[in-house]
Amino acid sequence: MKSKKQDINKKTIGKILNYIRHYIPLLVISLILAAAIVVGTLYIPVLIGRAVDLFLYGKGGVDFDELYRILIRMGIVIVLTAVSQWVMNTINNHITYHVVEDIRNDAMRHLHDLPLSYLDKQPTGDIVSRIVADVDTFADGLLMGFTKFFTGVMTILGTLVFMLRTSPFVSIVVIFITPLSFFVAKFIATHTHDYFQSQSKIRAEQTALIDEMIGNQKIVKIFAKEEAVKDRFNEINGRLHDSSLKAVFYSSLVNPSTRFVNSLVYAGVAVVGGFFVIRGFALENANIFTTLTVGELTCFLTYANQYTKPFNEISGVVTELQNAVVCASRIFEFIEAKPRTPEAENAAVISDVKGNVSLKNVEFRYVEDKPLIRDFSLDVKPGQRVAIVGPTGCGKTTIINLLMRFYDVDEGSISVEGLDIRNVTRDSLRGSYGMVLQDTWLKAGTIRENICMGKPDATDEEIIAAAKAAHSHSFIKRLPNGYDTVIGEDGGMLSQGQKQLLCITRVMLCLPPMLILDEATSSIDTRTEIRIQKAFAKMMQGRTSFIVAHRLSTIKEADVILVMRDGNIVEQGDHESLLSKGGFYAELYNSQFAV
Amino acid sequence: MKSLLKFLKNYKKESVLAPLFKLLEASFELFVPLVISRIIDVAIPGKDHPMIIKMGLVLVGLALIGMVAAITAQFFAAKAAVGFSTELREAVFSHIQTLDFTSIDKIGTSTLITRMTSDINQLQNGVNMVLRLFLRSPIVVFGAMIMAFTIDVKAALVFVVTIPLLAVVVYGIMLLTMPLYKRVQGNLDKVLGHTRENLTGVRVIRAFRLEKKELKDFEFDNRVLTKAQTHVARFSALSNPLTYVIVNGALIALIYIGGVRVNIGDLTQGQVVAIVNYMSQILVELIKFADLIVLITKAIACGDRVEAVLKTRNAADAREKDDADNKAESQAENSFEKPCNESAPGGEYIVFDHASLKYAGAGDETLTDISFSVKKGETIGIIGGTGSGKTSLVNMIPGFYKATSGSVRIEGKNADEYESTELLNKVGVVPQKAVLFKGTIRSNLLWGNENATDEELWKALDMAQATEIVKGKENGLDAVVEQNGRNFSGGQKQRLTIARALVKNPEILILDDSASALDYATDAALRKAIASISDTTVFIVSQRASSIRNADKIIVLDDGAVVGVGTNEELLKTCEIYREIYNTQVET
Repeated sequence: MKSKKQDINKKTIGKILNYIRHYIPLLVISLILAAAIVVGTLYIPVLIGRAVDLFLYGKGGVDFDELYRILIRMGIVIVLTAVSQWVMNTINNHITYHVVEDIRNDAMRHLHDLPLSYLDKQPTGDIVSRIVADVDTFADGLLMGFTKFFTGVMTILGTLVFMLRTSPFVSIVVIFITPLSFFVAKFIATHTHDYFQSQSKIRAEQTALIDEMIGNQKIVKIFAKEEAVKDRFNEINGRLHDSSLKAVFYSSLVNPSTRFVNSLVYAGVAVVGGFFVIRGFALENANIFTTLTVGELTCFLTYANQYTKPFNEISGVVTELQNAVVCASRIFEFIEAKPRTPEAENAAVISDVKGNVSLKNVEFRYVEDKPLIRDFSLDVKPGQRVAIVGPTGCGKTTIINLLMRFYDVDEGSISVEGLDIRNVTRDSLRGSYGMVLQDTWLKAGTIRENICMGKPDATDEEIIAAAKAAHSHSFIKRLPNGYDTVIGEDGGMLSQGQKQLLCITRVMLCLPPMLILDEATSSIDTRTEIRIQKAFAKMMQGRTSFIVAHRLSTIKEADVILVMRDGNIVEQGDHESLLSKGGFYAELYNSQFAV
Repeated sequence: MKSLLKFLKNYKKESVLAPLFKLLEASFELFVPLVISRIIDVAIPGKDHPMIIKMGLVLVGLALIGMVAAITAQFFAAKAAVGFSTELREAVFSHIQTLDFTSIDKIGTSTLITRMTSDINQLQNGVNMVLRLFLRSPIVVFGAMIMAFTIDVKAALVFVVTIPLLAVVVYGIMLLTMPLYKRVQGNLDKVLGHTRENLTGVRVIRAFRLEKKELKDFEFDNRVLTKAQTHVARFSALSNPLTYVIVNGALIALIYIGGVRVNIGDLTQGQVVAIVNYMSQILVELIKFADLIVLITKAIACGDRVEAVLKTRNAADAREKDDADNKAESQAENSFEKPCNESAPGGEYIVFDHASLKYAGAGDETLTDISFSVKKGETIGIIGGTGSGKTSLVNMIPGFYKATSGSVRIEGKNADEYESTELLNKVGVVPQKAVLFKGTIRSNLLWGNENATDEELWKALDMAQATEIVKGKENGLDAVVEQNGRNFSGGQKQRLTIARALVKNPEILILDDSASALDYATDAALRKAIASISDTTVFIVSQRASSIRNADKIIVLDDGAVVGVGTNEELLKTCEIYREIYNTQVET
């Protein structure tokens, strides 16, 4: 169990390293600088020790010439070290932020590669939290890791060399006691991992709730449910409090404990070093194995501090990295979610679409054991208008999901111009359709940007013409900055009807050979709708259109009416023939004006 | 930022104890150089082995007490910081609950989410670190200086120069980077907004094959964010090297002065070592402090953003406050002029009396001089073009929007004068956008009335024509509803939201174009069921003439004004706009 967890961690770290790979030259420079910094930092105590040794003979015994030489050397080392520090920090920041940028870009690229079946299932807030918050936490962890891990390791190695060169025996004290701090840190880190994970999970749950409730604040208000929602929030918040408290407190134990070990080393060096200095007074042929000067002892004491400091830092980094790895694994989980079926080999680009669409024995289900569309066939000729009617929830929008290849059929096939759409590039398939959905979606940006989605290079004249045709021109004109008015996320202040008009304008502008209209006009008043329908009629001329609509007028003008019930086409035909048949359609129609 | 400190109120004890224990820890550390200096000056020259061991034990003892103090401090700091963030999150969330729709639109959902999540997390971290380190560092710095003074006044003067210099550098970098961090957060917001947008609009983006463009836009924003981040980092990365240079420069000075003083015989070797050690302690502390400053600057920037949410006041409230005096006067006038209206004669249940509505910041009135009255139990149809003010009108009944002039009275009492929940309890609203919440069908329906029995739920479902939806689900009422109800179709959601409002058993039911996704048959059956509840006053806002033509009274709106009130027959004779709507729908 535990090894499995570590295995996953290892894999995640491998993936992180994979992202760093592109920055190897910078990384090498950073490493060299880190080494320079370590040497500089370690050399200063040696110089100080030498200076201190000049003071041994007390009054009148100080050799100032030697002292000046030492001090000048110190000055040079200090400046070089400081410059290296700054450059290294800057490089490391550069690497970290760019890795984060790369990961976010990859996540976004992957988002567009994921099947809708995945995105429809995953709460929006959760994905957002992965791409934004988790990547950020990960970045902070990585940043700390970069700057501290390398210098840490090098300081340890460097100190070891410097110490062994001065006095192997005293070094042994340092070398033997110090690893204790490492074990302490590791012990704490493994025990806090679970707290961090549960904290991460509860945070995601809370983000999802915030997303849902704040996104629908008005409904909450209508039902005066502010208190109930607050209660739910507070319940999660309470759990977050408990798990955060544990994660924060236990991880903060690392510092004092390792510092204590550090102090033990320090005391040990002071005692053993003291003995060696005394011993040196009695010896004639002193060498590094037998003696120590006071200056070397002070240098050693500084090292004793510095030698445990990197352990402190590395252990601090370990907890931070632990957290970062948890976040990273959540990000990679998203980035590695199974992408949609790749484009078929030699997928054709369909162009010159006339509008022949045929569905053959299509079967489809969202959930494994709940078949929705069964054995559905339909042939549509160019320019035909297909109206899909039926009680709500009978699978009308599902057909759109299939036509646009948002979802793939389970059995049977759909073809356009005789080509199975699975053998056609998604891009060219979708480019052949103009779509207006019931869910009006607009992006934050200007009105113009929203209209130009299908045709980025449209001229002002074309845009205005499309807007006039869709009857949106008059309200756009009245907005503060006309076509350049910036609208907020999801349309912001626009009314539902205005949003819908914009979505229609969007399609009006690019006019692909086939149209999909999903209850597109349900929020627009009839007077406007009449005008739009006239425009639509013009637009539909010679274009194959699929319309999910409840408007009688739309239905009556259709060439084929598909009457759907529970995912099945129960009737098929034109208005007159269906009425005279006296079936389900007639029942629907006749109830229209009944109260 | 300051106003956020009140969230530490419940953690006063912890917020004092944490730094206090840190202080304890720091003071013990300050004794260490003195002990070393005794070893060098007394024990070593005297070849006193037992004394060296004794001093070693003193060092261990100091460390042990230090560790206990530090762990205690960490505990209090963690408790205060986590408690702080928990209360702050709660307060921000409750505050958002009080915001009206206009304010939320203005701030933007994604910003609210970052502020509630990553900003508050950063703040928590900041508070934790401040409690742990903010006092410790100055204590060590000044403590070291004082200790140096006890050893040698002249050498200690180096400390007096060094410390202010360090303060200037550290503070200067903080001032420099603070606004830059704010910008970074702003850029992060943009990236977040983009991410959300790409998720909510994934169908449209794919339909218009905008994946590449969206990706490019995202990459652009992402790049801007990275640039802003590296820009700040360039400055904040200065603090470590600069402090390093200053402190080590001071060491050079100290050793030089020490050399001179030793040469005159005023100082011993061990004392010089002690003073050097104090300066080194300052350096170690400053490196930590510089890290802390980075963290604090970030936290303060986050704090300001969170504070901004807490300070957002509803436009309406603000207006209300400003206009409080005027309103009081005009109301007094009104009641004097039209005393008879107050008693609601003739069983008039809801009265719009020359009511107008102007949104804050909007140029024109959305509704102008609306007057009509409704009797209890009547069904009112409201019809009109897009943007004609239908939704605004019905939203004035439960008091979501307040009349800017004139009045809306329910049972003779001004809508403004009701306690908000009192009025909301009477009114059931089914909004245009059908939204269900994550949970079960039952949990969603219970929003209408927490104490409703299953029987009542089924009755409401029945009226809303939603019985078959629920029966079709494996777990019936306990069927799972995913976030935003996206495992239901638009029509299903509409019917369930209608049922939700019916569960409330409201005196006034408002259907705001909430049957638009229903087919005619279901729509008709729904209206028939609703009409059967006799004492409920129903408002139906619709685009369909068929939905409202049997209403007791139809109100035709055009561009914010009432252009016709009456029954279907009356309006067909008198109202041009109504006739146009009616004919286009019935004839085609």
